[in-house]
Amino acid sequence: MTRSLDLSRRGALAAAAGFGLSITFLGRQAFAASEGDMAKRKLVVVICRGAMDGLSVAPPIGDANYQRLRGEIAIAPFGQPNGALQLDETFGLHPRLETVHTLALAGQARIAPAIATPDRARSHFEAQDVLESGMEVVYGANSGWLNRAMGALATTRRVTAMSVGPQAPLILRGPVEAASWSPGGYKDRDPRLPQILTDLYAGDPLLSPALASGLQTQAMAAVATAGMTTAAPPAAMNAAGQPPAADQAAAVQRYAQQANQQAADAARKLGTTLAHFMTEPNGPQIAAVSIDGFDTHANQGAAEGQLATRLRGLDAALDGLSTGLGPEWTNTVVVVATEFGRTARINGTKGTDHGTASTALVLGGGLKKGGIIGDWPTLADARLFENRDTAPTVDMRALFKGVLAEQMGVDRRALDATVFPNSAGVAPLTGIV
Amino acid sequence: MSLDPDLKAAIAVTRFGLGARPGELGAARADAAAYLKAQITPTGAEQPPGSFASSATRITDLRVFQQDRRQARQQQAAADGAAPADMDPVKMAQKMLRDDAAGEFIARAALGATTDASFRERWALFWFNHFTVGQKNLETALLAGPFEREAIRPHVFGRFEDMLVASSTHPGMLLYLDQAQSIGPNSQLAAMAKTGFVPGLKNLGGLNENLAREIMELHTLGVGSGYTQADVTEFARAITGWSIVGLNERRFGAGAGGGAPGEFTFRALAHEPGSRTILGKTYPAGGIEQGRAVLHDLAASRATAHHIAVKLARHFVADDPPPTLVAKLEQSYSASGGRLDQVARTLVDAPEAWAPDQRKFKTPYEFLISSYRSIGLAPGLEITPVLNELGQRPFSAPSPKGWSEDASDWASADGVVKRLSWAEAFSARNAPPSEPPLQLAENTLGARLNANTQTAINRAESRSEAFSILLMSPEFQRR
Repeated sequence: MTRSLDLSRRGALAAAAGFGLSITFLGRQAFAASEGDMAKRKLVVVICRGAMDGLSVAPPIGDANYQRLRGEIAIAPFGQPNGALQLDETFGLHPRLETVHTLALAGQARIAPAIATPDRARSHFEAQDVLESGMEVVYGANSGWLNRAMGALATTRRVTAMSVGPQAPLILRGPVEAASWSPGGYKDRDPRLPQILTDLYAGDPLLSPALASGLQTQAMAAVATAGMTTAAPPAAMNAAGQPPAADQAAAVQRYAQQANQQAADAARKLGTTLAHFMTEPNGPQIAAVSIDGFDTHANQGAAEGQLATRLRGLDAALDGLSTGLGPEWTNTVVVVATEFGRTARINGTKGTDHGTASTALVLGGGLKKGGIIGDWPTLADARLFENRDTAPTVDMRALFKGVLAEQMGVDRRALDATVFPNSAGVAPLTGIV
Repeated sequence: MSLDPDLKAAIAVTRFGLGARPGELGAARADAAAYLKAQITPTGAEQPPGSFASSATRITDLRVFQQDRRQARQQQAAADGAAPADMDPVKMAQKMLRDDAAGEFIARAALGATTDASFRERWALFWFNHFTVGQKNLETALLAGPFEREAIRPHVFGRFEDMLVASSTHPGMLLYLDQAQSIGPNSQLAAMAKTGFVPGLKNLGGLNENLAREIMELHTLGVGSGYTQADVTEFARAITGWSIVGLNERRFGAGAGGGAPGEFTFRALAHEPGSRTILGKTYPAGGIEQGRAVLHDLAASRATAHHIAVKLARHFVADDPPPTLVAKLEQSYSASGGRLDQVARTLVDAPEAWAPDQRKFKTPYEFLISSYRSIGLAPGLEITPVLNELGQRPFSAPSPKGWSEDASDWASADGVVKRLSWAEAFSARNAPPSEPPLQLAENTLGARLNANTQTAINRAESRSEAFSILLMSPEFQRR
């Protein structure tokens, strides 16, 4: 199918304009719809919660300041062992994002390396609220932009949606009913919680030793039941009846590793299963997926480590999804976004703190070829936002609006007024799909 | 007392009560003590919502079931083969019986999670645990709920003696502690059995001391308070004949003591004749009144006042409670003639009960109920397997002593990790979607929320993680 505007269809476009479709995007949308193609269009939004570090997702290897700012958590240059997977002269992808890289080389994945919501408070909850509600300000609505986009589309065709996870995320909540599905047997284990609670219980004579010992036992049990031979021998208890500190730390780490591995395996299966849902005859065309665990304040790691494990999970989910969709992958766009980025500089605990702009990924079998989405502000000291963060050059809403328009055919008036209220000044990013 | 009103509200709602529901801290703030005292109502504690069978109905149903089962087994044996498990009428009938009892437990948990008067509910839970009836077999599994509804809840703010009598004559207790079949060795029934002329009276059995001992040891005087084995035996003799209509009719004779099937009855034929001497006092022969007179004196004993004062202080304040608080409660109990509404008021008025440090660790039931309360949700059947996992199977206290009060019994390594697993799953499903997590924490813990927990919640990367941190915080795990 041609993607250029077919002038012979102008008459149909004019008629369609009466339904509220704006002329800006009308051409291809109306054309596609007339070909019966729109009904097949699919959109998946993946929200990476916890502030995913854009500078590790798509490291600007060619930026003169990157290695200096990042120190030991910088991703190694192209071509080095565990180095970044090259996209262009400046950017690469994290070495654990192999699926994304393969897709990018085929023109089926692009990065937006300096993107942010309008929120600048650096609070996870506030920023996630703004990211999902699509409002300019925090707690501005009890519905999500994806739900309101469905509302806007409902006048032209039947669109159904599904959220993946035990709880419907705000992005899909609202007046239009959306299904939700949670993978069976998937344990919603948060690999961060054992460490958070270990810190919170420090000095608590009752809870601290109980948690340490319990985590250690659980890690040993998990290793044992997995039939692995690398299990450490049971640690001796010290005089106070507590495992030695080093073993406690190891137990916390083992718990986290196992949780992460389970999460990665589950993520691929999740992607595959979601793909199967979406390819069923009356399956959802829109889906929202949440992935947690990106808040890497300490020991973030580089090619391996905490963040790498989360990215491996993300990559596995995208692999499962793109592979599972088969021929339908050409009708699908996936947007991966996070509430904000992280500080440009490594912090004192080998991690990064709450920042501003981050990287979004756009993937799909029918993407238009192109370079990075938006401008790269560089990491020069003078260009950092508030002297600490990657400066935003693209409003997240512009990306979402562009994808909704080009991929799903949501008209501009609805995008400006109801999907992203008061956003007429934020022009949709075009030329992506 | 010059406690900060916010802290006082938090203590009232989280220590005296079962944890804050949305907005509850605000309601308690104006006058926390008055907020609690308003929950002390002469009618006792409310019943779990829904209609559930009485103990008499449950016992009758069970008897019918047992007869049917006997017949069904014989028929099955004759038909040479058992029905498949899911079609087996016996198993199906048993499941119906159990489901009613299970539903009752859920209704009770829902009451705990939704009531505006959770001090009253905690008070009722304390008394049920004091007079524990737990699951020993199918029979007692079906009777724990009715026992709580019939013998405990109506009396929790009345006279202790009334609750003691209600408990000691309730079919649930009579079966749980083997009193129903206790026979006086010199009773008419025993004499009839000795003649050998009544075939049904073979293996009649004799005196059973179980209930008498536990009334003295657990319900009233307390262990080590000075009673002897002789006192226990004499008391056991005094309450022989306290039984249930329809139990072993063939032995006792139908309707021997009057009353409807499944209800309490006094079987004069099984009662040990003569006077009894207990703790130095002689109780003349008097049928059922003999045992009642003993209960009256036990309720009025100083030892009982002390025992109950210690238990209340341990439950509400600390595993090792301040002696001054115990003394106040004991004095209140004695001075009021065991008026539990008075004792409850004394507890609320005692400064020791408002000590800011949290010394009580929540039991699994308390942890779950307070978690549901924090987001204004009522639990359903899903909590049963969780309580099993966490070691507090519904209506199944491990002994007549009830569930443990000791933090060390609940804050085990396994217990804490299992609480964590549950909190994660619960949070993933139920973390409030739009309320700021820190606000939820403040609404739940109020002035008790400490800075470290606040920081951890602020740093949480998702609502679900923030909610898990709140539920697992040291100050939410305690009360």
